[in-house]
Amino acid sequence: MNTIYLDNNATTKIAPEVLDEMLPYLTDLYGNPSSMHTFGGSLHKKIEEAREKVATLLGAEPEEIIFTSCGTESDNTALMSAVESYPHKRHIITTRVEHPAVFNFIKHLARKGLRVTFIPVDNLGRFDMDTFLKALDDDVVVVSVMYANNESGVIFPIEKIGQILRERKIIFHTDAVQAVGKIPINLKKLPVDMLSLSGHKLHAPKGVGALYVRRGTRFYPYIIGGHQENGRRAGTENLASIIGLGKACELAMKNMEKEIVYLCKLRDKLEKRLIELCPDTRVNGDRENRLPNTTNISFEYVEGEAILLRLNEYGICVSSGSACTSGSLEPSHVLRAMGVPFTAIHGSIRFSLSRYNTEEEIDSVIEIMPKIIKDLRELSPFGKEKIK
Amino acid sequence: MWDYTKRVKELFLNPKNVGEIENPDAIGEVGSIVCGDSLRLTLKIDKETNKIVDARFQTFGCASAIASSSALTELIKGKTLDEALKITNRDIAEYLGGLPKEKMHCSVMGREALEDAIANFRGEKKPKTEEKIVCECFDVSEEKIRKVAIENHLTTAEDITNYTKAGGGCGSCIPKIEAILKDIWFVKPLPEIKVKLKKLTNLQKIALIQDVIDKEIRPRLQADGGDVELIDIEGNKVLIGLRGMCVGCLMGNVTLKGIEKKLKELVSEDITVEVG
Repeated sequence: MNTIYLDNNATTKIAPEVLDEMLPYLTDLYGNPSSMHTFGGSLHKKIEEAREKVATLLGAEPEEIIFTSCGTESDNTALMSAVESYPHKRHIITTRVEHPAVFNFIKHLARKGLRVTFIPVDNLGRFDMDTFLKALDDDVVVVSVMYANNESGVIFPIEKIGQILRERKIIFHTDAVQAVGKIPINLKKLPVDMLSLSGHKLHAPKGVGALYVRRGTRFYPYIIGGHQENGRRAGTENLASIIGLGKACELAMKNMEKEIVYLCKLRDKLEKRLIELCPDTRVNGDRENRLPNTTNISFEYVEGEAILLRLNEYGICVSSGSACTSGSLEPSHVLRAMGVPFTAIHGSIRFSLSRYNTEEEIDSVIEIMPKIIKDLRELSPFGKEKIK
Repeated sequence: MWDYTKRVKELFLNPKNVGEIENPDAIGEVGSIVCGDSLRLTLKIDKETNKIVDARFQTFGCASAIASSSALTELIKGKTLDEALKITNRDIAEYLGGLPKEKMHCSVMGREALEDAIANFRGEKKPKTEEKIVCECFDVSEEKIRKVAIENHLTTAEDITNYTKAGGGCGSCIPKIEAILKDIWFVKPLPEIKVKLKKLTNLQKIALIQDVIDKEIRPRLQADGGDVELIDIEGNKVLIGLRGMCVGCLMGNVTLKGIEKKLKELVSEDITVEVG
């Protein structure tokens, strides 16, 4: 059975070009870039090359890029750095739909006495600018708003938020893990102070990420030890993966324009056909302003885990916002924040595509999925005519 | 990813007894679409023999909810109502070769639907308002928590969440759940211990008396410069010798009574203590 992988917001395949670049550094060239001898020390230039590639993708300067171990570390580092740098300020602003890497870290800071404002979203998952403006005060230490949401794909107005914060000289961090490599980002124009990204979301391996810190932003390291990354992130560099991330950014830069067109075409076809073929179905999130690869669809009267495991039988990989798949009994906090009715959250399925998906794969899903939904609805005590 | 057994997967992918019986003799309904799972059970019952002739289900829920519902219908078909009522959620879980612990509530839902159906058949349906709701998020009553805790020997709030969902939402009822568990497990086991006390053989009794004297009594007396020694045991009469500061102490009798009380409590009600 072939795998049809439509869960690329969870993780992605390592691009073959990326793997090729990495392999020598997992085998023969195993030196430590901090060493004085040529065998190790000469590898340092490979890290700098990778740093340049990451910077180019973001429109940043190489020295503004710090390599980390993952998106979560980048997020935690950014938030902690702001809090440590401005200890007299005690108010953090974020959104109700952040990834746990930000959401739970900020809740952790709240337990330590910081005040937090969670900005809501509307029923299309859009940022509530009015509440945000009212929440701003002189006590704000950092604002952290994700670039694009991992579940709905909705893109937030980062430029507008950034302009407001720049005028007020408030530090602005964005978790851009889902956006980097998928949509253009130009930090030369974008008023953002810190930005997190993760390698494995853009066809680099797991275990590597980066944090952009704008020149002139106060920075305080989170991982403390050796002098690596100019003293901003200690720990021997994950050389092969850093090289892989550099290559992945180069590929994204090269292919982004045509990939956006390609992914939109496949995603829109999938979405349109599924809505046509399955009655009582709704798309969650703002369709006008979202990532090209993501669609989140709710199938009423059926439960997400059941859909997911039936699709699994055909090798189709997706994810769901239902309670049963979250590992807790609470369904997706993102869809709840959007006010999606519980009935629709339980039957929500996220499809997230990548450049490696083909039209044939999408056609297979369009063929298989309606049968599964129909089958499970027959099993369900609910349905339009069944609900009293 | 859940670690489902082969049986769960089979019954999820090809569930047995799906659907609704026309003109059913009994209907059982539990859960709701808001809670994330719901089961509707319909039964055909032979009114002369009280046997369940046919059982069908409709389930909104995850793979294990669907498999548990299907397992329930397989287990009850052909049984009399009284026999069927003896089926517990553990029987359903066992039939499936086990369920992940976080999914045990699916088996509980099956059992509840059966009870609801049989109560419906017997005209015993009780209005919901009589129940004391502990978990508002998932609408779970104290009665259900108690029942599931006792039947499955659950001792932590986390277990209760796994089996009933209670406490899995906002979490504000967790202290209440813990209080209920304390009430169940920390008061009632006492009588059982007393029953155990009486079953001691002579050798066990002697060993236990020696043990209680060494560990419970002597350290306290020694703290005041006194001591006690076990001299002999005649039936239930324990002969001791007071030593150290206890010799000639005016409180000797009180000490003796104290030792007797401790031995009565920990060894046997019939024990008496004398100076040998």
